[in-house]
Amino acid sequence: MSRDSESEHDPGAIGAGAEVGEEYRHMSEEAYGEGPVGPMITDDAVTVDVADVHPELADPEVVAEIVAPTRAIDTRVGEPLVELNEVSVQFGGLTALDSVTFTINRGEILGLIGPNGAGKTTCFNAMTGVYRPTSGTVTFDHQVMAKLKRNQITRLGIARTFQNVRLFGEMTALENVVVGTDARHKTSVPGATFRTSRHRHEERDAIDRGMALLEFVGVGGRATEKARNLPYGDQRRLEIARALATEPKLLCLDEPAAGFNPAEKAALMDLIRKIRSDGYTVLLIEHDMRLVMGVTDRIVVLEFGKKIAEGLPSEIRDNPAVIAAYLGVPDDASA
Amino acid sequence: MSNASFKDRPKGGVGDSFRSWWNALARPAQWAFGAPFILLIALLPLLNIPLLTTEGTNFGAVMAQFGMYALIAIGLNVVVGQAGLLDLGYVGFYAVGAYTVALLTSPSSPWNQTGPNGWLSTDWAWLACLPIAVAITALSGLILGSPTLRLRGDYLAIVTLGFGEIVRLLADNLTEITGGGRGLAQVAYPRLGVTEEFPLGVFSAGNVGKTLNSGVWWFWFSIVLIIIVLLFVGNLERSRVGRAWVAIREDEDAAEIMGVPTFKFKLWAFVIGASIGGMSGALYAGQVQFVVPTNFNVVNSVLFLCAVVLGGQGNKLGVILGAFIIVYLPNFFLGRTEILGIPINGDSIAQYKYLFFGLALMVLMIFRPQGLIPVRQKLLTYGRELFVAARRRSKAEEAEVTK
Repeated sequence: MSRDSESEHDPGAIGAGAEVGEEYRHMSEEAYGEGPVGPMITDDAVTVDVADVHPELADPEVVAEIVAPTRAIDTRVGEPLVELNEVSVQFGGLTALDSVTFTINRGEILGLIGPNGAGKTTCFNAMTGVYRPTSGTVTFDHQVMAKLKRNQITRLGIARTFQNVRLFGEMTALENVVVGTDARHKTSVPGATFRTSRHRHEERDAIDRGMALLEFVGVGGRATEKARNLPYGDQRRLEIARALATEPKLLCLDEPAAGFNPAEKAALMDLIRKIRSDGYTVLLIEHDMRLVMGVTDRIVVLEFGKKIAEGLPSEIRDNPAVIAAYLGVPDDASA
Repeated sequence: MSNASFKDRPKGGVGDSFRSWWNALARPAQWAFGAPFILLIALLPLLNIPLLTTEGTNFGAVMAQFGMYALIAIGLNVVVGQAGLLDLGYVGFYAVGAYTVALLTSPSSPWNQTGPNGWLSTDWAWLACLPIAVAITALSGLILGSPTLRLRGDYLAIVTLGFGEIVRLLADNLTEITGGGRGLAQVAYPRLGVTEEFPLGVFSAGNVGKTLNSGVWWFWFSIVLIIIVLLFVGNLERSRVGRAWVAIREDEDAAEIMGVPTFKFKLWAFVIGASIGGMSGALYAGQVQFVVPTNFNVVNSVLFLCAVVLGGQGNKLGVILGAFIIVYLPNFFLGRTEILGIPINGDSIAQYKYLFFGLALMVLMIFRPQGLIPVRQKLLTYGRELFVAARRRSKAEEAEVTK
């Protein structure tokens, strides 16, 4: 079997050393100096000084506390959160996923990689209940996933971002995040009409947590700007904030670094680590090998719907099957 | 933030600065500024301003019609502007509201509940029927919405178009119940202000000819209803419901994945929009005291939609302005032979109103697709302090730049 490697896979990174992360961090310091994870706001739009409105948000610890209110309860680090057991998905005659078995543990960053068409998205959809597996079971938080509506899955505790940014463009950054916090709110038409105490409490909570999350990902200064007017990097961060606002147990990032330059990737890596240290479990689907190698705790590699490797980044880097999948093998060897 | 880049920022127009000033005001201050303005509009039909008043028809009656159209526009705006569901059969809800009142109170209806055997007293029949009409239309919105809201975009538009026609055809063909093309006459109205001068009350269709005629009374009544509906819709907009609607309009799939129960909130939008339309229909039935199927043609749906699009989808004040234009302009030209000394044939201009609205829409779509007053929705109950902070900051920068 032989295959042209795609340039975005950056096969060189597979062989490169563990210092890639270091290299990135170095670059990030050069670019931004110390300060928040996010790039400094240099643009000319109307900004809000968050400290004007919520003085308490100047303290990062307070921000972290508001962002993850349930982490003390939910962080049983190391226990399995998602278990895929012999999961197969078939579309007619096509086997998109072939008896894949792996687990995602609480509090870890798991990387899911594989060449294009390897079944990463199918795996993801099976995990979130969008597809029902042809055989095998998916267990999330000790519950077998049934076929649920997608909004119910989110409330179960799985949030995701999109490969191509899908924000609500006409809403402000804060409103976007507040839509995420609404996943945990219960007010409907009667409550909003009569402005019940629950409604008022939820609205306060929405703004407090929304602002804290924007601070957390580093776009707090742009809270009142329309999402469509934000720079691309901030849009991606905003998407992460919106997903975090739904209070997920598992955060799935679908190629979060697409279109990022190295400095932005470094900042993103820092953000992903920060999210993990706040008690979230992260599933990272990503093409960029440097990023995956630099930030994940464990990696699962898929190819043609099969799991071909699983292990620590250093093991994956030297795994001959993975190298073959990404680089291809010489024609004479495959013959 | 550098000063040079601040200067390059596109300047907002008068509308933007007015809006930011308005948004920075506290609720009581907004009322203090808004109430005199509402009062002025309410007094318009009495002031008889020379160029503003209509010549061919009674200005009070025009304003009454405007009140109804404004209600319709607000209701349709919830469906089309906020939730982004294209509803081409909105006149169906208007008809359901009107026919509910007519069927319950018209002597020619088999279900007449007024008179000696009914449970509705003649004086209060209309007012009692108003909530019934709203409830029935809400139910019809639920019945139409539950199967069809799984459709999207054009398909939903086609189905709702069909609904509007079905309602009209039912009214036209169920001759034993609705009277068919003859319609239902002598519909009840609020019999209030009965004096010797007005033996049938000030709301009666017979109260015409004076400046303070029944149209003005209906207009004032509809202003009260409009304010109530605006407060209701505004409360919804600045809550989880309004945010869900806008999220659905922007990206339905993303909204669903972010935990918004999209179907439920689409259905709510449909039901709320329908009930406001039904309320307007009940007003219509009471004011005209006569309903016939031809008043609920599909072209009315288009006209309602035109008001929403013209004024600015999603903006409540914008759609009220749109409704005013739709109602007022044809009546303005009716019977007019000159404007400021320039001779015109007003009657024929009014006759070709659809042509002119069509042209106006096309021009608008080219130069200002967002409508006359574009949307800048506020979706947070407690978001004001943030806007104030942002405004203070941008003002400080501006001062620095001009220094």
